[in-house]
Amino acid sequence: MNFEQLLFYLFAAALLGSALMVITLRNPVHAALSLVLTFFSGAALWLLLEAEFLAITLVLVYVGAVMVLFLFVVMMLDINLAQLREGFVKLLPVGVVVALLVIGMMVYVVGPGNFGLEKFAEPVGHSADYSNTKELGRVLYTVYVYPFEIAAVILLVAIIAAISLALRKRPQGKRQDPDLQIAVRKKDRLRIVANNPKGQPGSNAGDKK
Amino acid sequence: MLDALLTLVIVLLKIVALLVPLMVAVAYLTFAERKIIGYIQGRVGPLHVGPRGWLQPIADAVKLIFKEIIIPAGANRFLFLLAPMLAMGPSIAAWAVMPFGDNLYVTDIDAGLLYVLAVTSLSVYGIIIAGWASNSKYAFLGALRSAAQVVSYEIAMGFALVGVLLAAGSMNLREIVLSQEGSLLHWFWLPLLPLFVVYFIAGLAETNRAPFDLAEGESEIVAGFHVEYSGMSFGVFFLAEYANMILISMLTSLMFLGGWLSPFQGIPLLESLFSWVPGIVWLLLKTSFFLLLFLWIRATFPRYRYDQLMRLGWKILIPITIVWLLVVGAAVVGGLGPWFDGA
Amino acid sequence: MEFEIPKMSAALPEMFVLGMACLILVIDLFLTDKNRIITYLLAQATLVGAAIASLGYQFGSPEIAFNGSFIRDAMGDTLKVFIYLSVFVVFLYSRSYLQARNLFRGEFFVLGLFGVLGMMIMVSAHSLLTLYLGLELLSLSMYALVAMNRDSSYSSEAAMKYFVLGALASGMLLYGMSMLYGVTGSLELSQISAGVATAGAGNMVLVFGLVFTVVGLAFKLGAVPFHMWVPDVYHGSPTAVTVYIGSAPKIAAFAMVMRLLVDGLEGLQEHWQGMLVILAILSLALGNITAIAQTNIKRMLAYSTIAHVGYLLLGVLSGSDSGYASAMFYTIVYALMSLGGFGMIMLLSRTGFEADRLDDFKGLNERSPWFAFMMLILMFSMAGVPVFLGFWAKLSVLSAVVEAEMVWLAAVAVVFSIIGAFYYLRVVKLMYFDKPEDNTPIDSEFDVRVMLSANSLAILVLGLFPGALMSLCVNAFAL
Repeated sequence: MNFEQLLFYLFAAALLGSALMVITLRNPVHAALSLVLTFFSGAALWLLLEAEFLAITLVLVYVGAVMVLFLFVVMMLDINLAQLREGFVKLLPVGVVVALLVIGMMVYVVGPGNFGLEKFAEPVGHSADYSNTKELGRVLYTVYVYPFEIAAVILLVAIIAAISLALRKRPQGKRQDPDLQIAVRKKDRLRIVANNPKGQPGSNAGDKK
Repeated sequence: MLDALLTLVIVLLKIVALLVPLMVAVAYLTFAERKIIGYIQGRVGPLHVGPRGWLQPIADAVKLIFKEIIIPAGANRFLFLLAPMLAMGPSIAAWAVMPFGDNLYVTDIDAGLLYVLAVTSLSVYGIIIAGWASNSKYAFLGALRSAAQVVSYEIAMGFALVGVLLAAGSMNLREIVLSQEGSLLHWFWLPLLPLFVVYFIAGLAETNRAPFDLAEGESEIVAGFHVEYSGMSFGVFFLAEYANMILISMLTSLMFLGGWLSPFQGIPLLESLFSWVPGIVWLLLKTSFFLLLFLWIRATFPRYRYDQLMRLGWKILIPITIVWLLVVGAAVVGGLGPWFDGA
Repeated sequence: MEFEIPKMSAALPEMFVLGMACLILVIDLFLTDKNRIITYLLAQATLVGAAIASLGYQFGSPEIAFNGSFIRDAMGDTLKVFIYLSVFVVFLYSRSYLQARNLFRGEFFVLGLFGVLGMMIMVSAHSLLTLYLGLELLSLSMYALVAMNRDSSYSSEAAMKYFVLGALASGMLLYGMSMLYGVTGSLELSQISAGVATAGAGNMVLVFGLVFTVVGLAFKLGAVPFHMWVPDVYHGSPTAVTVYIGSAPKIAAFAMVMRLLVDGLEGLQEHWQGMLVILAILSLALGNITAIAQTNIKRMLAYSTIAHVGYLLLGVLSGSDSGYASAMFYTIVYALMSLGGFGMIMLLSRTGFEADRLDDFKGLNERSPWFAFMMLILMFSMAGVPVFLGFWAKLSVLSAVVEAEMVWLAAVAVVFSIIGAFYYLRVVKLMYFDKPEDNTPIDSEFDVRVMLSANSLAILVLGLFPGALMSLCVNAFAL
């Protein structure tokens, strides 16, 4: 077993273990953190496939941004787990049977019998000057330009959908307008009062207009 | 087998050679901060430990190490102790790809820029986990503020880096520096001026430094996410924050101020006069300049209010970067000299 | 790396709709509620323009562009034109309905147009990637539309259910697609078709992938046993959104089935035929029987949709060009009928009142004989009473099944359509033989009345002369 294989099994085990933890841990925050670890191990596996751009982007996007927001929400929720688990035990036998069937089927189908080295030639590693980023960019903007543009439209729709659902003007809502706050000048807020310590009448006439 | 072991030892030595100076730099950065802010405010700063206070950071470290680590009641023990490590890990890991000179680096990877962006984006986990695991409302508020803030400013930061990538045509940090070769005017600060400013501002926010230190906000939420931490567990957060500051400063110098290139390059007389100065000195000088800026800003500006912070990030910085990306793209395609006519 | 600049003109309608949707999005920002009607008019103009762009483009044989991601053929163009038509009618029906409910916002039309774009992409997809992306674009727009009425807890619940189940279905579909890719090594449908031919229909991985793909498709179509979201979504969304979901996306879903199962996996027909038989029988049974128990007409029509999906699948599973043509005919006819049915609910609704109970249709004849007659046409057509358009649709589907030598299946379908006739005719009975519960006069806009009458009369007229529409569908597969 060479070093790469060792790394593969290490990260694959971490991936499976943490993925299992995502669905078994009782505490949702722990589960979310396990998901972070899952993504991380997945990224490491991609690195082994010489897909460094995808691997780092996975970390950047999923771990660095998506899961942060996910945790943000999960931490603020007070999830009643007992309620969520209602019905879980009742349906457990059915679920277990179905899951085992599907797993058995998957192992049987997606095993070395159908995807082994006899069926597919071993991929050849790239030379050291191979840049995954460049290659990806090249196909993304030429061959796959149409799907790429559609993906962009999907993101646009996601933005529109999120804003149209979240942004509601409530009549009783109190909002600050930072533009107004910034546009404030000294004379709007500050009144210069002539200070007359002797208290002579008429000397502070300038303060009211 | 022996070869592999040897490589391992060499890599380890490289790491040690990087980390020890880094830790010393962090220690003395805290000292510099107290001194400089002291002078700005008409005080003298620490004075009593050692000659003119020079041993103060050592004394601080010793104090932190010997203090008890208190775990609050109701805290999540595992995550509470994990959080400082999660904060520290990324801020050290990012240093792995930093070039200090043409041949002076721990590793030289192709996607260095992306790696740095990805790894620095992880440091927020330390903060939010600390805030949540402490079982304290102040810590939690700080953590939530920090999470939203870091995610928001990361976008502006990422766009600024895309500009650098466009200009340099590479994500390798070493090649980015080399593509700025020529003179002071060839450095990217000039063609990427808006991105340069945005990057530094976003860097301030990413490191939770004033005026974006809402995650700490000592006057409103006591000290934010690390209010419950004591002893070395607190010290590790501290180390991470300062290591991040140095990291951001050095990245800014690498990407916008020509890294280890001499500022006198291309000037006939001065170039030969200063040619004996090793590149790393220039890099450290540039880094120190940005560190000074960090401290100076802290001493000068009041803290942002939360909605102002979000407004700045989303409505000002991000649009600026997007617009400037178009400008840079056009300049690169048009081969605008003296920066982009080479390729 | 060889790469040629794709032939952009083939995708002109898509580009036009995208450009206009973005433009409308920006223009809408500068409009006040008072002149929001401009958004509506622009959206309608976009659909008309897209129809012109689709019809005005001449081509001989199917054209594949964008490195195999995109195909333009007769079936695609025909379906696209019907998609524009349905959405045009949807927008027209919705305008006053939305205005009365304070939902008349630019996002409805913008998301509607983006949904149209998603449907167009699905219709002319020629690779698994574009098929999936088009589907996601459509689904995302629909999730947002369903949730549009934020103050209604029904809407929010419907949107959540739709979203969660939709995401699950997408996952299934993607898993299936990954298997297909694993065996054939290509995302392009024609190459997948070739890959299936070399791998042979007995290849286990292909069949495994096919199962997941069919499950995903069934989810999106709303076929039993993957139908759970349909009644809740139809019931929970504002009726303007229900009519959108119930019409054009069905056409797109039909196109997706055709692209995946016929263009890509025709070699596996012996396998998917059996799966579709099960889905079809279950859908027919559950849809028709459960619809009887409904008291809410939106829910009733939702179950009737499930039953109609069953008929649609009958046409597809017969596996011949005439079968596909009959399924296409059925889909288009169903979209027209569903437009009319939900349009009628909107016509009878008014500010603060939703005519979505069966009881609201009681005695419609006394209130408005004309619209009672229109509704009668729609219900008769849905039930498949001879002479109306729905009858021909059912007939063509059943004859395709008989041609495929599955007479027993046709018999089952006939039995269920007789059961189904009960609940359609009950509506007619309520309208003509019961006393009205309220006698508020029907106040609706002129354009809605005209459109609805045209919609129903079209079903009557096309029912008298079904040849034109049918030949359109047959021609789509003639190439």
